[in-house]
Amino acid sequence: MCWIPISAKEKKEMLSSIGVESFAELISSIPPQIRIKRPLDLPTPLSEVEISAHMRELSEENQDLGHNISFLGGGSYDHWVPAAVSSIIERNEYYTAYTPYQAEVSQGTLQTIYEYQSLICELTGMDVANASMYDGASATAEAALMSYSITGRDTILASDGLNPAYYQVLMTYVQGLGLRVRRIPLSAGRTDWNRLEEMLDEGVASVIIQNPNFLGAVEDLGQIGELVHKVGALLVMVVDPISLGLLKPPGKYGADIAVGEGQALGNPTSFGGPYLGFFTCRREFLRRMPGRLVGATTDSQGRRGYVLTLQTREQHIRREKATSNICTNQALNALAATVYLTLLGREGMRDLALICLQKSHYAQERIAEIDGFKSVYSSPFFKEFVVNPPFSSERIIESLAQKGIFVGPDLGRFGMGNGFLVATTEKRSKEEIDILIEGLEERVRGH
Amino acid sequence: MVPDDLKFTKRHEWIRVDGDKGTVGISDYAQGELSDIVFVELPQVGARVKQMKPFGTIEAVKAVTDLYAPVSGEILETNPELKDKPETINSDPYGDGWIIKLRIEDPCELENLLSPADYEKLLEEEEH
Amino acid sequence: MTEKLIFELSGEGKRGYTLPKSDLPTQFPEELLPPEVLREYPPELPEVSEVEVVRHFVNLSGLNYHIDKGLYPLGSCTMKYNPKIGERLAILPGFSDLHPYQPECTVQGALKLMYNLEGMLCQITGMDRITLQPAAGAQGELIGLLMIRAYHTKRGNPREKVIIPDSAHGTNPASTYLAGYQAVEVRSNSQGLVDLDELKKLVDEDVSALMLTNPNTLGLFESQIMEIADIVHQAGALLYMDGANMNALLGITRPGDMGFDLVHLNLHKTFSTPHGGGGPGSGPVGVKEELVEFLPLPTIEKGEDGYKFNYDRSHSIGKVQGFYGNFGVMVKAYIYLRMLGAQGLRKVSEGAITNANYLMKNLKDLYYLPYDRFCQHEFVLSGSRQKAKGVRTLDIAKRLLDYGFHPPTVYFPLIVPEALMIEPTETEPKEALDGFIAAMRRIAQESEENPDLVRSAPHTTPVSRLDERKATKDLDVRWKG
Repeated sequence: MCWIPISAKEKKEMLSSIGVESFAELISSIPPQIRIKRPLDLPTPLSEVEISAHMRELSEENQDLGHNISFLGGGSYDHWVPAAVSSIIERNEYYTAYTPYQAEVSQGTLQTIYEYQSLICELTGMDVANASMYDGASATAEAALMSYSITGRDTILASDGLNPAYYQVLMTYVQGLGLRVRRIPLSAGRTDWNRLEEMLDEGVASVIIQNPNFLGAVEDLGQIGELVHKVGALLVMVVDPISLGLLKPPGKYGADIAVGEGQALGNPTSFGGPYLGFFTCRREFLRRMPGRLVGATTDSQGRRGYVLTLQTREQHIRREKATSNICTNQALNALAATVYLTLLGREGMRDLALICLQKSHYAQERIAEIDGFKSVYSSPFFKEFVVNPPFSSERIIESLAQKGIFVGPDLGRFGMGNGFLVATTEKRSKEEIDILIEGLEERVRGH
Repeated sequence: MVPDDLKFTKRHEWIRVDGDKGTVGISDYAQGELSDIVFVELPQVGARVKQMKPFGTIEAVKAVTDLYAPVSGEILETNPELKDKPETINSDPYGDGWIIKLRIEDPCELENLLSPADYEKLLEEEEH
Repeated sequence: MTEKLIFELSGEGKRGYTLPKSDLPTQFPEELLPPEVLREYPPELPEVSEVEVVRHFVNLSGLNYHIDKGLYPLGSCTMKYNPKIGERLAILPGFSDLHPYQPECTVQGALKLMYNLEGMLCQITGMDRITLQPAAGAQGELIGLLMIRAYHTKRGNPREKVIIPDSAHGTNPASTYLAGYQAVEVRSNSQGLVDLDELKKLVDEDVSALMLTNPNTLGLFESQIMEIADIVHQAGALLYMDGANMNALLGITRPGDMGFDLVHLNLHKTFSTPHGGGGPGSGPVGVKEELVEFLPLPTIEKGEDGYKFNYDRSHSIGKVQGFYGNFGVMVKAYIYLRMLGAQGLRKVSEGAITNANYLMKNLKDLYYLPYDRFCQHEFVLSGSRQKAKGVRTLDIAKRLLDYGFHPPTVYFPLIVPEALMIEPTETEPKEALDGFIAAMRRIAQESEENPDLVRSAPHTTPVSRLDERKATKDLDVRWKG
């Protein structure tokens, strides 16, 4: 199979129009000694029928969430993707278009990005948003780099409540520029304010706080913005967009940059990607923001239209002085988020957040009643919390998985001790939570 | 025509010297190459700049360029009009479109700059 | 035709989606969370019904040009047709409905797919191992450069500079800066290739790598690649290939055989996963043996009891993605490769090269062709003749829209004034190519006879030419109620 529409006859005509006898003449600039001597060693080509069977078989070697009960969290969540979202992003007008460089024939993509930027601003309470980053982790790392470029300072303070995967990606991103990252410890599951105050000084570019944090706890942020700004540092907040239906948005805490993982907004869990990182900041930092940006303008007849703007910040113009090297981003995932936020709307996002909140509290209360399971922290939480079993987390995760119940991730995988996370989305029914409880109780009895 | 009371850098900045003070802008050629200037990033008053080191950036719709200091010195003033009307640089590059005023640290540095005649010669070369 | 903003369609109390009813006793947020952490007002999102939402986004979609509509000859972007079967199969729940933290024993099919995709890409590039994690080419570049830094650091000195040709993509210098290196430009010679004498002068003990696109952005194969590799390697530096133009090489030659130590690929270009209006992409990076230990975490290994992630690698540069990369994109690339096989892949490149030369041959009498030789998968014309008549390359691009074609990449590479960079790809029918030729020839004629018609284009698009200056000055980047 080969998606080449040129027939052998046409190919001959074309070669003769070019003025060559054979194709080989066209590649005469490639030295013979580096040409491939025999065909590549690749599997035999499959037809559509065969590949469909093969892929179905391969997919069935996985256990998908639909046939199990998932309480998995840690940065990716099993929220429902409304059918209208899938229907829109499967339109070839969107998914087979390129980056909207030619504005006159890209108004569809451009206007949806403008709407995306607006929706994300409303949700986060921030001034401006870009067209998306790769994921929550790289958005966090780019926020740190941006704070370095704004302040000229080279120390980043990151709370231990930051998703450990994001922390690791941050460490990868800063190694080239040689920035220092210092970790603010937790106290009772939340960022330790006293330690933060001690660590803050005029060398700090930014303070990164995740809310709710990786352990699920809603941070006690009070006057965090003032505290951080007092030494001239920037406040970077990493937030869960679903939580913002209820929780005070980063703009209200005085955040200078707010980022997060947008997967939960209409994107399937898809084994970790593609997702999207949303990225917002205060208006005064707009010219320092990485990534693409769409602005409204008018055409030569005075009609409203949209274009990519402030492109001089980007790599294709500014090269080594660009605000970031990002080019391709996650446009289609951002479109899914746009449709999702529009479908849910003002009240829907609030109600969704409330359902998640109620389910997680029901689950946590029931688990705390089981013998040997104590709730670790008393701090408030949103849709996710830590469970501390009286025996090995690894074993319990495995045995629950055999029953079709997924919990985690295991905190042990991040060197955070024995325990695991449980997350509840609107998809989890009371009955399913009760099945989890039974599973845990059985395990206690069997132990 | 290049005004004859100025000195130029090879990167198209000009300086008009008045005692120990200098006014700095970009040449008519430079504004024409950039076209449609939309934003000028200016230094803080009181900041010190070094000869031929960047002191700010100038941004057009499709291009951006660093601004280089013709001589070393302390920033005395920045053109307040550029904040709202950066296009002044397009319309009057040698007059109202000036960018900064500075106190010249070392008058000898002026000798490293191009005379109007030399600058015109440079422009002729760039055209080709 | 313009479409209202979704915010302007909002009506109080409307909903586009019904949430599941709560099966728990009603509790208010204030009962479960302290009041100081709650927001005062719900976010000001629009309130719209499902049918209005769908119509809005369907109407907007109609304003887009896309590859399923017609030729999209953007140079360096490889806008090829995306087989529909890939879209159909990638959304099987066994792929799309997997959580990244499920136990490994429950995702063996996904791991096997990634492992085998890596193997096929190694075979195609001649590399020893490949990381699939980078989300796009630019992230691949950064990861590649960080591995180069780790490689030199382990040998005592990270070095300071990376050499990049003046014809390179803008991401190359931007990634170089991020990796903590200084970008040094090497000139192209009159043939449009790397100037070897210049290169020899630049390469020294401070140079960590040369980043090269091959074929380069002029669409020309760097025929002295073996000599270039020698110069670079003799100084102890590494040779990095920007694989954006890999569509010219499939089954013909391999980066690994040319002396490259690293290469990044763009699955959304060469391997036909859709561009999505600007993403998601996927930018795997392949490396030779000496760099394998630095690959990002985790790698995927095949053991006796199945496939697993390997995090136990002490010299790795670390994690680059929250999870494992854009898995959904990998699935489509895997399907593409499994359906093409070795011979199909070779036909892809042959088709891409033939189509590009056919267009070039039929346009070069009317548009200036600065490097007049057979090209590979793309070529660069200059609009300099038309500029002399007062018609700029931008005008030509906009006029093409009136003829129903997406324009080529314009004003890139920077070394060609008024550049028009044309990459038709192998998936274009001859009729489309001939239509494009006719339109370009017509525009050349119009530029002579009626330049105002070209300068004021486009005339038939949903909006006419947009005021970019106004956008940059006003910076209206969000709706304000």
